[in-house]
Amino acid sequence: MADNINNGRRRVLTTVTTGVGLAGAAALAVPLVASMKPSARARAGGAPVEVDITDLAPGQMKVVEWRGKPVWILRRDETMLLELASIVDDLSDPNSAVVEQQPDYARNAHRSIRSDVLVVLGVCTHLGCAPSKNFDKGVASGLGDDWVGGFFCPCHGSKFDLSGRVYKNVPAPTNLEVPPHSYVSDNRIVIGIDEEEATA
Amino acid sequence: MSLLNWIDDRFPLTKVWQEHMAQYYAPKNFNIWYYFGSLSLLMLVLQIVTGIVLTMHYKPDADLAFASVEYIMRDVPAGWFVRYLHGVGASMFFLTVYLHMFRALLYGSHRHPRELIWLLGMVIYVALMAEAFFGYLLPWGNMSYWGAQVIISLFGAIPGIGEPLAEWIRGDFVISDATLNRFFAFHVILLPLLLALLVYLHIVALHKVGSNNPDGIEIKKNKDKDGIPVDGIPFHPYYTVKDTFGVAVFMAVFLAIVFFVPELGGWFLEKDNFAPADILQTPPDIVPLWYLTPYYSILRAVTFEWLPGGAKLWGVIAMGAAIVMFFFLPWLDRAKVRSIRYRGWLYKTFLMLFVVTFLMLGYLGTKNPGHVDIFWFKNLIWAQIGLVIYFAFFLLMPIYPRLDRTKPEPDRVR
Repeated sequence: MADNINNGRRRVLTTVTTGVGLAGAAALAVPLVASMKPSARARAGGAPVEVDITDLAPGQMKVVEWRGKPVWILRRDETMLLELASIVDDLSDPNSAVVEQQPDYARNAHRSIRSDVLVVLGVCTHLGCAPSKNFDKGVASGLGDDWVGGFFCPCHGSKFDLSGRVYKNVPAPTNLEVPPHSYVSDNRIVIGIDEEEATA
Repeated sequence: MSLLNWIDDRFPLTKVWQEHMAQYYAPKNFNIWYYFGSLSLLMLVLQIVTGIVLTMHYKPDADLAFASVEYIMRDVPAGWFVRYLHGVGASMFFLTVYLHMFRALLYGSHRHPRELIWLLGMVIYVALMAEAFFGYLLPWGNMSYWGAQVIISLFGAIPGIGEPLAEWIRGDFVISDATLNRFFAFHVILLPLLLALLVYLHIVALHKVGSNNPDGIEIKKNKDKDGIPVDGIPFHPYYTVKDTFGVAVFMAVFLAIVFFVPELGGWFLEKDNFAPADILQTPPDIVPLWYLTPYYSILRAVTFEWLPGGAKLWGVIAMGAAIVMFFFLPWLDRAKVRSIRYRGWLYKTFLMLFVVTFLMLGYLGTKNPGHVDIFWFKNLIWAQIGLVIYFAFFLLMPIYPRLDRTKPEPDRVR
């Protein structure tokens, strides 16, 4: 019977069986891999957050949680806004050239929709630590006499200004991230929904 | 003996015992460095045993995890002992593995024909780092949380797929209950199974080619009329007895740490981990435990913004490359002799320099970079010097034999 062996046929059958087996394994892998993505509950936890800023006085900041991350909402007063322009030379990306760090509507001198209200993620762009606010000026801040107020990350010493723009020669590579947000009324911000989506 | 015969007819029990213990001939000149293989195996077993007890009381839930660890420490009978054995055990496991790896560098145990033993060993090492990283999140202390945050955000540095990949690993947009739950699954199921399999393969490969020895010569070249290496002695009873002595000394040191200094001044258990995870409050310094700090140091040493893609990406690449270098060692090392006993001064110098650099990087990894002056440089500069020496040790390796004078190897072990 040995001469009856059809080697070509065996090869085709082996190849097809292996191929079908691998396709089956790949098909099984898809749901297993997909099951590790954020669940419906996690995504619901990432739902937009609505914040009322009526009671936020100029110079004050409040922290809200969105997707488990701290979001800073800072209402800058007149002097704070004026000083934004004065420190441009000390910043590494004053004009928000790195586009991923903010939506288009926040790519301006004050990095916000309303010039006075800054909305940024309080997550250091270096390795994800939580910077702290330091609004004292000069020597009182402990950060040198030319410090005009901003944020300081205690982990590795990164510094950001009151628009979340990163200083030169610190470990953090980019400005703080501005999350997608929009205004539903003058004093109500929705974090997690883009300006265009809100109007569309 | 009839029971043994009954089993032997159905399972090769006596055959396996003879081949791997009673008639496995190991070189007769093993020294102190040869303890650390069996001690590593002991640590694996001990970690699995204590781990099983801990899982009986631990709760992998972001709301309950921290309290359940405190419950183990305070209310579970001998719970504190089991947990300290496990926590200190992790560090001791890495200690034995590092010494075991250094033994290979000393005597050329990674060289032909033992390349596959070395590669399997390196996969074990990487799996062990993953095992330790996943386990470190479980107590849900503040350092657990922020350590995981930092390490997983490293994946975000990969261009294109980075962020979705980090999200897939976390199962959420931040480190959360979902992350804790899956890390628990990896820590108690996936990696222990993988480690057990890899250790088995490591030993199978070792017993195929036979053990190296401090002289770096093949004992199989000199056999008596029965085909037994004249410089070999049966693993059992000779080395089982020797290793038992090693275990006794090792356990004395290990238990002294467990009983008297389980935190070892923050080196084995970090003080920030005694506070529960807080998403709004970063510990002042986020550092991994000592066994990962050499690589953490290399990650942070890359601060050159002019690199295409940015310093953060290249830091991640440098850290990965630092580990990958070890995998190429059998092919980078081309000296005529294996053992340090017969190698020239150049390799000896570079090996010592490498060890000092590895320890220095490990120390710097625990310190805040760029802030402190150590001798005449900032510690960031020291880390950068260390990075250069680290890679030079590997990449210059093919050159040493050309410049180095080796001594002739003996025919028989001494």
